[in-house]
Amino acid sequence: MDVMDRIREQVENHAIVIYMKGTPQLPSCGFSARAAQAMMETGVEFAYVNVIADPEIMQNLPNFADWPTFPQIYMNGELFGGGDIIMELYEDNELKDVMQEAFDKGPKKAS
Amino acid sequence: MTVRQRIHDKLVEAFSPERLEVIDESHMHNVPEGAESHFKVIVVAEAFEGVGRLDRQRRINALLADELAGPVHALSMRAWTPAQWRERGGEVPESPPCMGGG
Repeated sequence: MDVMDRIREQVENHAIVIYMKGTPQLPSCGFSARAAQAMMETGVEFAYVNVIADPEIMQNLPNFADWPTFPQIYMNGELFGGGDIIMELYEDNELKDVMQEAFDKGPKKAS
Repeated sequence: MTVRQRIHDKLVEAFSPERLEVIDESHMHNVPEGAESHFKVIVVAEAFEGVGRLDRQRRINALLADELAGPVHALSMRAWTPAQWRERGGEVPESPPCMGGG
């Protein structure tokens, strides 16, 4: 499958996806680590894609939604923001509500 | 001209910020000495009034596209209106330590 189609499928089949360097348990970039940690603290379920393990996605994701850096967070198919936006919401105590709303609207239990 | 200076000048020209900080955080990362690779910018400007979070960052990314395509490989940013800046007591969040991933 074309890499753009793969990305599209990932962001549409999950309410919330973070594209990050490493995994939430074993991040390999401070910005990815911090965003994933803030998201885990909300208790809302989300999916992740480790771009280091998938160089094709790492190379092409910046063109998908015209966003140059990692991490990137998608909610219901749309780019929600990068690490800074997640941290801003977290600092303002809005992250949980935003993620919960996205989760409630999203596809239930993607296979 | 250093990358830092160029980023500074572009932001001043585009947003006429009330407050601007361009912080070179390259030393916190696993990069060669003297590399200007990691930056944090804090831009407080009236120009962001009525502009959403994502679009503020998009404007800054677009403005610095050449730098991001070249030497700069991480750019952390906070873009606020003067009112938001005052509400927050003028605090700048710390960047996380590097974990080796570049």
